[in-house]
Amino acid sequence: MDLKLKIWRQKNAAAKGKIVDYDISAISSDMSFLEMLDVLNRKLIEKGDEPVSFDHDCREGICGSCSLQINGRPHGPDGGTTTCQLHMRKFKDGDSIVIEPFRAKAFPIVKDLIIDRSAFDRVQHAGAFISVNTSGNTQDANATPINKGNADHAFDAASCIGCGACVAACKNASAMLFVSAKVSQYALLPQGQVEREMRVTDMVSQMDEEGFGACTNTGACEAECPKGISITNIARMNREFIGSNLKS
Amino acid sequence: MKIGANFPAKTPEGPIEDKWTSYKNKIDLVNPANKRLIDIIVVGTGLAGGSAAASLAELGYNIKAFCFQDSPRRAHSIAAQGGINASKNYMGDGDSDYRLFYDTVKGGDYRAREENVYRLAEVSGNIIDQCVAQGVPFARDYGGLLDNRSFGGVLVSRTFYAKGQTGQQLLLGAYSAMNRQIARGKIKMYNRHEMMDLVIVDGKARGIIAKNLITGELERHSAHAVVIASGGYGNVFYLSTNAMGSNVSAAWKIHRKGAWFANPCFTQIHPTCIPVSGDHQSKLTLMSESLRNDGRIWVPAKEEDVKAIRSGALKPTAIAEADRDYFLERRYPAFGNLVPRDVASRAAKERCDAGFGVNATGEAVYLDFAAAVIRYGKEKALVTHQDANNEVLVLKLGREIIATKYGNLFQMYEKIVDENPYETPMMIYPAVHYTMGGVWVDYDLMTTIPGCYAIGEANFSEHGANRLGASALMQGLADGYFVLPYTIGNYLAKDIRTGTIPVDTPEFAAAEKGVREQLERFINNKGSKPVDYFHKKLGKIMWNKVGMSRNGKDLKEAVEEIQNIRDEFYKEVKVPGDLEGFNEELAKAGRVADFLELGELFAKDALNREESCGGHFREEHQTAEGEAKRNKAFQYVAAWEHNGAPKDANLHKEMLDYKYIEVKERSYK
Repeated sequence: MDLKLKIWRQKNAAAKGKIVDYDISAISSDMSFLEMLDVLNRKLIEKGDEPVSFDHDCREGICGSCSLQINGRPHGPDGGTTTCQLHMRKFKDGDSIVIEPFRAKAFPIVKDLIIDRSAFDRVQHAGAFISVNTSGNTQDANATPINKGNADHAFDAASCIGCGACVAACKNASAMLFVSAKVSQYALLPQGQVEREMRVTDMVSQMDEEGFGACTNTGACEAECPKGISITNIARMNREFIGSNLKS
Repeated sequence: MKIGANFPAKTPEGPIEDKWTSYKNKIDLVNPANKRLIDIIVVGTGLAGGSAAASLAELGYNIKAFCFQDSPRRAHSIAAQGGINASKNYMGDGDSDYRLFYDTVKGGDYRAREENVYRLAEVSGNIIDQCVAQGVPFARDYGGLLDNRSFGGVLVSRTFYAKGQTGQQLLLGAYSAMNRQIARGKIKMYNRHEMMDLVIVDGKARGIIAKNLITGELERHSAHAVVIASGGYGNVFYLSTNAMGSNVSAAWKIHRKGAWFANPCFTQIHPTCIPVSGDHQSKLTLMSESLRNDGRIWVPAKEEDVKAIRSGALKPTAIAEADRDYFLERRYPAFGNLVPRDVASRAAKERCDAGFGVNATGEAVYLDFAAAVIRYGKEKALVTHQDANNEVLVLKLGREIIATKYGNLFQMYEKIVDENPYETPMMIYPAVHYTMGGVWVDYDLMTTIPGCYAIGEANFSEHGANRLGASALMQGLADGYFVLPYTIGNYLAKDIRTGTIPVDTPEFAAAEKGVREQLERFINNKGSKPVDYFHKKLGKIMWNKVGMSRNGKDLKEAVEEIQNIRDEFYKEVKVPGDLEGFNEELAKAGRVADFLELGELFAKDALNREESCGGHFREEHQTAEGEAKRNKAFQYVAAWEHNGAPKDANLHKEMLDYKYIEVKERSYK
């Protein structure tokens, strides 16, 4: 198929960016979206131009490196999928495709389509851990049975890949889905109880400091999350947060 | 020359069950106040590097951790699917440390060091305790206890899992332990930094030159020890299940500086991956081995059915049971679909080479869940008091169970192939997945460079010539959480009075100059072909001549062809952009330059090894039934010492002695 690409190009964080048009032809419908960009980049390099920079690594939908706002949607038109798992069969011959970086104040652009998501890391440093030493001198793994329902919900929350689509999808650029997934995972497990109150307070405060917006319950985050993280996690985090503040 | 002459493996004395304990009792310790005076660099933040960085920081050392990704959480360990082994014997099916040790040595076709493997089995149970304490949400049963499943090459259920995302959950556990130490200031994290070279001062590893991938600046970082945890080199094949950025460079740089590289030809070709769809393909996707618990592998038994399938005239579901060849069950009745990976891969290749491949290119076999769906569906109908003879209901219930076990894998398959694996069998074919070879290390996990360690997939490790499923995660975490934190102290105890290592020295300047010159050479090269052109070309040679089965003639050709591509690469490669700023093509050029050297050593090692064992299959050395035929004369670790070009590398042999396991013909029949 032949496509018209409109891609955000920006030399570095300080430079001004703009949309640049590229025509591309002979794209197979079996290609992944990133393989289509590989084809474009090969052509650009052969012409002596700079290739389009974008984040990617595992290309199997789990590392969370890839991002891209494709035709206005994080990770493109196919639900429940990351850009690296989006295939060109979801597009038609002659389509125009607008490709931009995820847009949020807390995710500054590094170059072209690459953004800086270190704000996510800093929120995690604030409390996304259980303070247990890695000595292995803990109790036997089966000493504390965990209700299967809670264990499964904790797993579902923990399957967040940290890509930032929730922030990109939100009109307020809120990171509530991301933060609440981590808070929920630990709140649902007995191991997470000791630091439960401190964790939610510290992580929420760091989230605010990073410049993420507030949550207004529109649910765009859940709709665009490639891993189907549920907004019930946000409700749980709100409950945790209020509970924690009442006690302190 | 034998390794013993210069570099003893330093395995402790005594009975094998006591070695690790008595070793720990005798090593030198570093007092807590002195740990604050010691810096350690960790390169790579996967399961091995992440767990090591966190554990060493907890002990009190100052850690500088480096990863090329934008966050430590993105290391490729995250993509591991199936599970992690541990000899907990929670299932009561007769498991023990000894059995895990035995299975691992046998699975590795008797090419691993006994002492290291026993230690691995011994600490495996601790890993599970540790991860649960960290909040890793493993799969549980309705009683709230941990669930286990089976993996290939063993007769017990010892694999702990978190759906098809075990690697993700374990890595995020290690990442959380790192986060705790980053918050305390004990780990200084350098994201988007690539190690460009090792710096050696007075014969000891004392630092690295790193490149900030955002600004392009070269940085000097010093430390009292350097830990390489940069993963495997499967991307030498261009197409593999590794991430796009996975590379050999950190390991190769230390090899060039004196660390021996062991058994490069021991590479794992995983049997269940999604087949290649075309020339545009950038990577391959694994379908977890756990699928072989419930999936049955087959091809049509009749050639006319193969033709009809390829032309689209026949659907696989329309082929009668009697006309299917479940070739693993036929050849290996005892282990069936759960034979080890090397055996399963070769058996699939054998059927495809014989003309029974089921896709357009003839390079695919079926992995079929129909029988499991019905089995699970009937069981569920019975326990929920519904009609177990209602086929529609049974199908529905069975598919639900399969979805809870493997849902994310089925979804991934459907996205990539555009077929629904609940309704039609998956198509799979072997692909490069893991490298057992790597940097040679002694019992302390130290390389032949004092103060330079290699852990996880980066070292040549405990898997011998073939790794069993769910053992990579086990080894990565064992090295990082429980082994290195002890062994490194034994070395650093002598460094408590050294003080901070300065970076304004001739050694750092010389290393930085070398790095800068290579980068300038790429940027100023007047070539016309992108880096990928050469990488793909290398990959084709590796796959065709150094892949699943090898012979002397092809290997000799491969060595020569790789040398030619390397020359062409330096003449013809085109790297756009400049030294400053983010430049992915420049980073790729450096990595491919190293793959072009490793590839040659890999072929040379395969040529040297005149036997078949594990993942290394030499066509000249097979039994009448087409199975791998070992040669006692090659019961050694081949450790290569850099000496200019790969063709001039010197071979050192670490002879392997089996005192606790009888070396036998590996049989899964």
